[in-house]
Amino acid sequence: MTHVVAAGLIWAALWALNIRLSRGPVGQAARIAVPLIFGATILIVWELMVIGLDVPPVLLPRPRQIGAALAANPALLWGDFVQTVLRGALSGLAMGVAAAIVVAILVDRFDWLRRGLMPVASFLAALPIVGTAPILVMWFGFGWQSKAAVVVLMVFFPMLVNTVAGLADTTSMQRDLMRTYGARYGQTLVKLRLPAAMPFIFNGLKIGATLALIGSIVAEFFGSPTQGLGFRISASNGQLALDMVWAAIVVGSVAGSAAYAILTAIEARVTFWHPSQRG
Amino acid sequence: MRRSVLPVLTVLAVLLAVWYAACLPMNIREVLTEAERAGATIDPPAAIDRRDMSRLALALRNPAHAGLSWSQDRARLPAPHQVAAEFWQTTVVEEGYSRRGIVQTGSLSNRSLVYHAWVTLSATAIGFVIGAALGIALAIGIVHNRAMDLSVLPWAVISQTIPIVALAPMVVVVLNAVGVQGLLPKAIISAYLTFFPVTVGMVKGLRTPDAMQLDQMRTWSASVPQVLWKLRLPAAMPYLFASLKIGVAASLVGTIVGELPVQRGGLGARMLAGSYYGQTTQIWAALFMAALLAALLIWAIVAIERRTLRRMGVAAL
Repeated sequence: MTHVVAAGLIWAALWALNIRLSRGPVGQAARIAVPLIFGATILIVWELMVIGLDVPPVLLPRPRQIGAALAANPALLWGDFVQTVLRGALSGLAMGVAAAIVVAILVDRFDWLRRGLMPVASFLAALPIVGTAPILVMWFGFGWQSKAAVVVLMVFFPMLVNTVAGLADTTSMQRDLMRTYGARYGQTLVKLRLPAAMPFIFNGLKIGATLALIGSIVAEFFGSPTQGLGFRISASNGQLALDMVWAAIVVGSVAGSAAYAILTAIEARVTFWHPSQRG
Repeated sequence: MRRSVLPVLTVLAVLLAVWYAACLPMNIREVLTEAERAGATIDPPAAIDRRDMSRLALALRNPAHAGLSWSQDRARLPAPHQVAAEFWQTTVVEEGYSRRGIVQTGSLSNRSLVYHAWVTLSATAIGFVIGAALGIALAIGIVHNRAMDLSVLPWAVISQTIPIVALAPMVVVVLNAVGVQGLLPKAIISAYLTFFPVTVGMVKGLRTPDAMQLDQMRTWSASVPQVLWKLRLPAAMPYLFASLKIGVAASLVGTIVGELPVQRGGLGARMLAGSYYGQTTQIWAALFMAALLAALLIWAIVAIERRTLRRMGVAAL
């Protein structure tokens, strides 16, 4: 009971602190501190409530148990990370993005293709493509190849739709200028339209990175070697070792956020000319 | 619109043709084994030679048996008409003519795809509505409360970058352990997958009114609820519908994934059962049903969006 009361008090105290910090003009430090304090509050309250209410760890482990599981199995989780993120998601993302950009350039070149393919593509982009996982696992086996195949399919359509929209995002003034320079199609593509499409391509990449992680994890639920984040989640779930399940989810979440941060950093360098980057 | 009909139909026809063509190399090995058992001569005749040959080469050297690729039972890649037949069999025939169907018994047969689709759809829809409502509520809170804005919004944005659907099997198993079964666990998954995109989209939308418009409301001495109701919410509608479309797609995936660990109906259960027993046409039929559900849900949101925007006087739609 004391734990529950303590949880309530700590919640109230830290929330009051956040209200104070966010009053008036807010500096850069407070902008970082306030969400961190909020995150810490959630973890502390979670910890205390689980102890106070005697929640069995097979239902909800404490954050410290999850941390202990992370610290105790670094080699195991690193193996899962390599299997799911680097082999499955990353290779699939690379192939899917490359294919989508090539097709997008073709679609952009031939208007007939745009009218035929784009309605189909934007329809397919909204479908639960991850459902193809059981079929692709059957075709490509339990290894990372089947995960990469699922990721390619999931990433391809959103990436295609974004890139095509990006390639069309030049003004007639800019295109006219290229024509007065006597630029050929290839030159216009490389010097004007692909750079102009970059903000859209990065938008597609950010969506695709999350989808790639989801695809490779969910595909492992349909069959995997004894390694991988999805395997770890479903296997530890079966053993009711929920601290390991959470540890695997933490690894996946860190990978997703890191991918997003890396893409944002690259985007800032590539599209430095774009109004959203000049701020 | 009309200019697109012919190209779209052509693209679909090409896809269908590619599918039929792909059946040849995909199924040829099994077809040849079967034909050999039936007494046909095959090129090359020794099974050991065939093992190391590529599927494409086998298909090219045995054109006489190619036709069987489109009528294989448990094919690696079933032909489109086989999938269509399975779809028809498990929907119309099962419900309309079998003794377990809705026509005979008044309730859906648990062997029909309609039943499984209904299980998935009801969980998705309930969770989606709850998640969207909570998301809108939180967004309104964030816009009006600075402490909430600074504390919660960064986490909501980060949640978009993580594979949150991976939580789904755990939620289902844990809730099952405490005795909560059936619709609710899946609805919870569907709700939290809808919740985050709707929150982020709605915050963006509620903030679209610029300083000039907000000042105008102040000169009319509008109260905070009036500003919300008459300015912020209408301005947020396009953002709301955009994020609802993302949310509904995510929540359908979440429900399907949530059906994997507990085999009690639903399209996810159907797919996993199909993959265990090698019933590929069953997986494909379930996949098309899932696509149909997604299309239905998105169509419903687009229909509501059009009506809302038209009543608001947005002429473009």
